[in-house]
Amino acid sequence: MAAIQLQDVVKKYGKGKHELQVIHGVNAQVGDGEFVVIVGPSGCGKSTLLRMVAGLEEITGGQIQIGGRVVNDVEPAERDIAMVFQNYALYPHMTVFDNMAYGLKIKKMPVEEIRMRVDKAAGILELGHLLERTPRQLSGGQRQRVAMGRAIVRAPQVFLFDEPLSNLDAKLRAQTRIEIQKLHRELGITSLFVTHDQVEAMTLAQRMMVMNAGNMEQFGTPEEVYHSPASTFVASFIGSPPMNLLKNAPGGREGAILGIRPEHIDVGTDGWAVKVETVELLGAERLIYGRLGDEQMIIRVEEGGLSPEPDSIIHARPREDRLHWFDAASGKRV
Amino acid sequence: MVERDRFLSVLTHIVLIVGILVVAFPVYLTFIASTHTTQDVVQVPMPLVPGSSMMDNYRAAIFGERTGGGSHAPVGRMMAVSLFMALAITVGKISISLLSAFAIVYFRFPMRMTFFWLIFITLMLPVEVRILPTYKVVSDLGLLNSYAGLTVPLIASATATFLYRQFFLTVPEELAEAARMDGAGPLRFFKDVLLPLSATSTAALFVIQFIYGWNQYLWPLLVTTEENMYPVVMGIKRMISGGDAQIEWNVVMATAILAMIPPALVVMLMQKWFVKGLVDTEK
Repeated sequence: MAAIQLQDVVKKYGKGKHELQVIHGVNAQVGDGEFVVIVGPSGCGKSTLLRMVAGLEEITGGQIQIGGRVVNDVEPAERDIAMVFQNYALYPHMTVFDNMAYGLKIKKMPVEEIRMRVDKAAGILELGHLLERTPRQLSGGQRQRVAMGRAIVRAPQVFLFDEPLSNLDAKLRAQTRIEIQKLHRELGITSLFVTHDQVEAMTLAQRMMVMNAGNMEQFGTPEEVYHSPASTFVASFIGSPPMNLLKNAPGGREGAILGIRPEHIDVGTDGWAVKVETVELLGAERLIYGRLGDEQMIIRVEEGGLSPEPDSIIHARPREDRLHWFDAASGKRV
Repeated sequence: MVERDRFLSVLTHIVLIVGILVVAFPVYLTFIASTHTTQDVVQVPMPLVPGSSMMDNYRAAIFGERTGGGSHAPVGRMMAVSLFMALAITVGKISISLLSAFAIVYFRFPMRMTFFWLIFITLMLPVEVRILPTYKVVSDLGLLNSYAGLTVPLIASATATFLYRQFFLTVPEELAEAARMDGAGPLRFFKDVLLPLSATSTAALFVIQFIYGWNQYLWPLLVTTEENMYPVVMGIKRMISGGDAQIEWNVVMATAILAMIPPALVVMLMQKWFVKGLVDTEK
């Protein structure tokens, strides 16, 4: 097990005129045994960052340390890490057993030890009866578990997950999420997990790193990120439906943006006059899409609560203690 | 599918049957000619039912025991030369193409694309175009009448390199990355992952290249002057150029039938793999 330290990590592609910088100096410290989720929209550089930790992408600038060792110029196989790929990257012509054992065989580990480790991992992941099958004969969820098994047998210091759940259906995804959490509790191995899905990030992370356009916007626990987002980007990216960001709300300040989450607005008899546009029923709750002045806003109410007609006017009062203020120019929290 | 129509299905069957007859009749004629005596074969009209000297003719062909004009080299020896030549060309082409495609797809080296295009351009140059300079080189190296002279100039292959390149490009990049994380070096990845994955393509190429090698005619005609280095396909030609002496057409036809058997066998035995290799994009 090991801590990971990122120091001014920079990634550029191309040279001269064609130079393109995709990571703009990320600094972060991931503690020993911690489960950290890197989350952000597609193209924000989160996968690139992970692949730099893995050693699949060169580090243009800065330093990455794993367990106190600078790994900038260390081959992936020697970084003592294991990675689970988005499409699993199982060797199609090998059996499940051989897929898991391949890395150990290359390390010239004795056959009995390989057998033991694979059996143990197969036990944890309930793959025992599938060891002689090839990936083609497995379902998506089973393949995903084999990919995790291949990582586990290596007993690495760090696990890297590159959107491992995005090829699963919603039900299986929720189930696998719980399995990954359980696995992390049992093995306690430092893990970096990349996803674009904020629900996945909130539920899995001990701490989460929110990225946008190659910058780290915020690095904190899910509670911190939810309750005090560091910027308007984080505020709108985390939470579903996103936080309402209002420039011209009544009682607003000059040069500031007022943020209020849809679930922190009470509908009553006084307060802001909101013109209702559409109403969506999501089972346990109802989303009211409306306009406050010329700005779009969303209000979340209990399913039993009121269901206003479109074009009617309702009165909404934001909870004072749940207001967020951001600087209009920089988007940063003030 | 078009709808079922009696007239259409009769018509398609007629077209197919006529087509088969056109293709099969010469082969049938060859076989018939190979079962008659020399005198019977040259009669007009030629007999169209099998005769009784089949065994004699084939024995004469295989062991070269005959008296007529042209070359008397035993066909058994020629078949062995042909087989060796076809196998050497096939194996050589496949191994070189695999390695060059591997280099082009998986390594970043200076002028990578230049090399690829150089290889690709040779696709447009058949052996015949470069046959004189190639002959000069082979002759200067003293390789006339040798297996090396017969096979080496035919081994370099753009087609196979290109086919493997296209196949390697369909192999997901993550597979190479996973192998790298597993600590497999490039050659290990090539041997453990790429080779098994390209097995079906290799089988298809084997069939194509074996037939290509077996059917070589012009090149052996140039570089072999000794009877014991004749491949069978050109050996047939040598049997015919007989001057005044009578040509034993029955033996020539027996040789032709013998020459057809190995490629037919290869196609039949590997048909399943062959089709799979051309149709499947195994992933």
